Order: sequence, then structure tokens, then C-alpha cells
Amino acid sequence: MTSPIAGGVDCDLHPAVPHLTSLLPYMNDYWRDQVTTRGMTDLVSQSYPLNSPITSRPDWRPAKGKPGSDLEDMRAQALDRFGISYGICNPLYGVQMVFSEDMADAFCRALNDWLVKEWLDKDTRLRGSIVIPVQSIEKSVAEIERCATDKRFVQVLMLVMGDMPLGKRAYWPIYAAAERLGLAIGIHAGSNYHNPPTSVGWGSYHIEDYVAQAQAFQTQLTSLIVEGVFVRHPNLKMVMLESGFTWLPSYLWRLHKFWRGIRMETPWVDRAPQEIVRSNIRFSLQPVDAPPDPQTLNRLFDHMQSDELLLFSSDYPHWQFDGDAVLPEGMSPDLVRKIMIDNPLATYGRLKQSALGHDPEKWNPVFGEDHAQTK
Amino acid sequence: MNVQFRDRPEQASPVHAKTAIADCDIHPARATKTELYPYLAKRWHAHLETYDKHPYQGMMEGPPYPKAQPNASRRDAYPPEGGPQGSSLSFMQAQHLDPNNVVLGVLNPLATGQGIRNHDLSAAICSAINDWQIEKWTGKDSRLKGSVVVANEDGPAAAAEIRKRAGDKNFVQVLLLSRNVEPLGQRRYWPIYEAAEEARLPVGVHAFGFGGNPITASGWPSYYIEEMVGHSQCQQTALASIVLEGVFERHPRLKMVMIEAGFGWAPSLSWRLDKSWQRLRSEVPHLKRPPSEYIRDHIFWTTQPMEDPERRDHLFEVIEWVGWDKLLFATDYPHWDYDDPSRVLPAGVSDANREAFYLNNARKLYGLA
Repeated sequence: MTSPIAGGVDCDLHPAVPHLTSLLPYMNDYWRDQVTTRGMTDLVSQSYPLNSPITSRPDWRPAKGKPGSDLEDMRAQALDRFGISYGICNPLYGVQMVFSEDMADAFCRALNDWLVKEWLDKDTRLRGSIVIPVQSIEKSVAEIERCATDKRFVQVLMLVMGDMPLGKRAYWPIYAAAERLGLAIGIHAGSNYHNPPTSVGWGSYHIEDYVAQAQAFQTQLTSLIVEGVFVRHPNLKMVMLESGFTWLPSYLWRLHKFWRGIRMETPWVDRAPQEIVRSNIRFSLQPVDAPPDPQTLNRLFDHMQSDELLLFSSDYPHWQFDGDAVLPEGMSPDLVRKIMIDNPLATYGRLKQSALGHDPEKWNPVFGEDHAQTK
Repeated sequence: MNVQFRDRPEQASPVHAKTAIADCDIHPARATKTELYPYLAKRWHAHLETYDKHPYQGMMEGPPYPKAQPNASRRDAYPPEGGPQGSSLSFMQAQHLDPNNVVLGVLNPLATGQGIRNHDLSAAICSAINDWQIEKWTGKDSRLKGSVVVANEDGPAAAAEIRKRAGDKNFVQVLLLSRNVEPLGQRRYWPIYEAAEEARLPVGVHAFGFGGNPITASGWPSYYIEEMVGHSQCQQTALASIVLEGVFERHPRLKMVMIEAGFGWAPSLSWRLDKSWQRLRSEVPHLKRPPSEYIRDHIFWTTQPMEDPERRDHLFEVIEWVGWDKLLFATDYPHWDYDDPSRVLPAGVSDANREAFYLNNARKLYGLA
């Protein structure tokens, strides 16, 4: 087993909203009334049915309540267990599924405020992602700006399957706001189910939806690259979360071949797709969709031709590995350090900044001055 | 992939100097719109003139995403006698089959009766295309073999067409497209697999088609390059559906060919399927083995457009993972992203693997050894 090193950044933790009613304190009177009068149900997404084996590791499943809903559990099972210095919280509560942009906006605001109060305020290691009502660009930008004053928010969170391909120009004001405010864009597995969850329609099974997340990430990467998002926003980092990464090399070979053949269609794409990925795109480590033998995985790392693409993640509490095998077998100590510390710090500019009201020297005992003070 | 205006002599080199190859993806075209009429009942002539095909997409003429070249085909492939690229047997022989020493050419007609909302019309056009393949192509050049095209959304009609062609040596496979109304493992398509297995014909799944779904899980993208790259993602989800629905448990002798959607993704998809299945197998108890084993035992891959990494050892490693015995060389003639048989495989391949890649795997699969 490859052991994690102390001081790592866990880039994909999933704190669970216990119930829609948990967000009521963070809504205004109108929305509180809507939720209660209309008898609205809990917003659990089909992407992660509560009792699905994927949704929680068996030994991380609490006796009662949703997996990931208890901070003490998260501390014991992930933060302390893997010696985490920072943990980035990506709530997967199903607020994006609703069809009304007003309702989505109210729920996103409540969710972001809930995250601050119930999680970020309670453990100084935790960092947050801003969940946005993607159907409204204007409201999304406003929510990003509202939350961004709290430096503990380090990225904006979007789902990999939404209303439109993510490179579409309509979304660019979101990317402009993120770039301007020093936030990464995190794109997480999951769908708002406004489109069929595969590119060929609705499958019969949950396992099909889950497997298809990887294909959705592939089409989104194509969209982001060929629409020119990174020509306009060269400093923007995007992180593919729970995407898998073993598909990346062969995907890029294909994209590169077609880009060479028909780049006249998108002449603004002025660099090869591989280069754009190397400078702007990162991937969370889990799930590792590869055979257990270190040899194959090391061949794959070689095919990726860069050790800067992966960011450590446990995907807590999702079931991606057993025991303490959060890192796959056979990784070199150099790669472990890059994945756990260097790459996340290079990706999330705000991790390097001091958190609100904390002295950076005291704030980060692991990195000390090196990583705590730079802006 | 050809360069737009590369000088491409018709007789590249003497025939005898070239190794015999199989080309498992050739696209024959009609010279005129009415070329199919002799094989279609009269009522459909008038229907087509009045309403045309009524497909699962909006364009009356041409594709929703404009191609990179006219008809997505090489500019040097227009036959001298006129008509679109790929519509002349004699020119196909002179430009491609003879100089490249193609001893087996598998025809995959596109723009047939598939993806049409009127399922009666779909069945009629498909059957006409099959007659036309014999009459215009396979009956006139024994190197060429046809694909039985079927009304993809009408299982019983498709199965009837397959049974009608069973045993006919003009055909070596059944042809479907990757994008349909539902993912290809769904039971509306099961009669197709049943009839194909019975007829001992592999089922080829060629990239493309329209089934009314946005072509990504996040809606419609903007560009042709997204559609082209995206064929591999559509093919991956279609194949995942076929495996996870248990098609190969039901049809243990059925073989399928993934055509023109790449093969480099086969390992990562297999690993992801296996890993997810370890967790979620209670949802699909009809699967008796890890998904990768079905893929390994039942799936073949055509090579064009060949994955093209910077380092050839990376390509060879991926091929090792897929299996040298599972690849079927294809040029995609006359399309613009044609792979040239003399350039596609880097140096450093054993003779046995080279022969398997270019010819023997295809002969074996299509029963022409």
C-alpha cells in the first residue's frame, strides 16, 4: 500500500445536507413557506441513491442519517485518518435539479450559508465550493460574488451533466467571475437530469449512470477546449472531480487528431489540446479506474505525460477504496507529494492565502511560511 | 487522416508490392437520389418526394453539423463520371481497392433507412439498400461484402430483414449505428441480436445516427469536432448498455464490431465497468462475469481513425490491453479522415501481429478464412 503523507489536501469531500428542512433556517420567509406549504421533499439526486454501495463505504455508513452528514465521522474517517491539512467540501445536495431558477437560487444560497455555518466554521481545515444556480448566469455570478468575500470558498462547483455543454459562451461570465476572484471551477460527477444521463438516451440502471459520468467529462472537456474558454481565461483552473482519469490519454490522442484535421472550424484554439489540459485542467484522484497492479497504473501515469494533473481526493464518503488504500499501489514518493500537496496548492490559489481572522503562521503548522503567506 | 489537398496518385505503387489487406469500413454511396427507386415499392417514391425521410433531427437536407469536406469525403475521390465520392465501383476499384490490394472490403452504407421516425419507411429503405448493395457492389466485385442494414427502431422488422438475408454470402454482418432512440442494450433491440446470432452474423455498430437524444449528456454541443470526438463517448455508453443489459449472457455466440469510434478507450471503459460492477453488481444480477470479460470475448474494433499518440510505445501498450487479435483494419474510404494503410501502423510490430491487424482477424471474424 502507498501511504498518504501528512499535510495533504483532500480535494473531494462530500458533507451531506441531512434534509431539505435543514436549509430552512437559511431561507427567507417566502421560500420557507414554499417548502413547507407545498410539502416539498428532500432533494436527493438519482446520481447517488442514499443506500447505493457507491454512495458510502460500508464502514463509513452511520447508524442513522445520511453518510457524510456528521462532522465527527468525517474527522475520524478522513481528515484525521489521512493527515489532511485542508479538505475541500463539495456538497452534492440536489439543488441543481429543480427547474425554477428562482428556487434553485434560493436553495443554492441556503446551501452555501449552511456549509459555512455547519462545516467551515467548525473545523479550520475545511474549505468550501460555491454551489450555483447554473440555469441563471446572472444569479450564478451574483452568488459567486456574494460568497467569494469569504476566503474559505476556494472554488465554484458545477455538475458535469447540465442543461448545456459547459464550454458554451453563455456560461463565460461565470468563468470570468471565478478567474477574477481567484476561484477554481470544480466540475463534479452528477446530473441535473435536464437531459438524458447518457449521450444515447436513458439507460436502465444506476450503474449505467455512474459509468457514464466518465463519458460526460470527456464531452465537457472537448466543449471547454474547443469553445475557447482557456483562450479567454488563461489563468482559470478547472478541476474534474470524481471523473476518473484513466480515460484521459486515449481521449486526448483522439481529440488531438481531430483538432489537427479540422482546427479551421475553431481557429481561436491556438494551442494543442494536451497543452491546454496541462496548463488549465486538473483531475481528482478517486476513483482510480484501473486494474490493481501497479505496473498498469504506472504505464497510465506515463501515458498522461505529466505529474501535475492529479489532485489527491478521498471522495469521502463514497466507496472508492477500502481500508487506508486511498492512494493506489505503487506510486513513487515524489508523485505522492505532488498529488497530495504541490498540485492542489498550485491549483487552488486561495489555499495559499490566509484564512479569515487567522495568522497565517499559526494557521498552517504543516506548511509554515512557505505556503501560508503568498497571495 | 488525409491532408486536404495532398497529391494522391491513383496508382500509388504496383499492386503486387503491397500486402493483402481487409478494409472493414468502406462507404458506398448512391450516384443519384433516385438510384434506390428500383428497389422500393412505388408508394414510397411519392412519399419520399413529398415528405422525404422525416428523421430524428431537424435538417431536411444534409447533416446538423456541417462536415469538414463535401459529403465528409476526400476531394480527390469524386468519380470521373460524376456523382458523389464513393458512388462508382470502377473508381473505387481504381483509386482504392486495386492499389491498396484490398482483398476483403466490408461495405457500411450510411444515410440509409436508419434513424427515420416512420418505421415502415425505415424498413422499406433498409431492404432496398440491401438489394442495392448486391446489385451495384457485391454482385460485381467479389472482394466486397455487404452489411445488412435494418430498421433499427423496429425490432421485429429488423429481425425479419436479417432472417431474409441469412445465409446470403453477399453479407458478412448486420449494421447498426451508435446513436438511437435508446441505448443499444435496451430490449427493443434484442430481436436484432437474436436474429443476428441465429444467422451467425456479427453486428457492427458504426459511429453516428440520430435517435432524438442530445448527442452529449449535457445537451447539444456547437461544433462538428465535438460531434466527431464525441462519437467515442456515444459508443462507450452504447457498449456499456449492451454489456450491462446482459446481451452477451443471452447471446453467447454473438460478436459485435465497434466501427469508427476508436479503440483506445476500451481499456479504461472496461476498468471503470469492472470497478463499478464490483460495487453495484446486486443491481445487475443477470451478469455472471465482470463486464470486461464480455468485452474481451465479444467485441472487435475497427482501427480508423487510428489513435495517434506522440510515442508509439504508448500505442502499442494500449493495443496490448485491447488485444492484437481484436483489431480490424479500416480506411473509412472515401471519407476525409481516411487512414492510409501504408502509414497507419508504426514500425516495430511483429509479422504475426501485423498480419492479424491488416487481414487475418477480419477473415476469421467474417468467416472468410
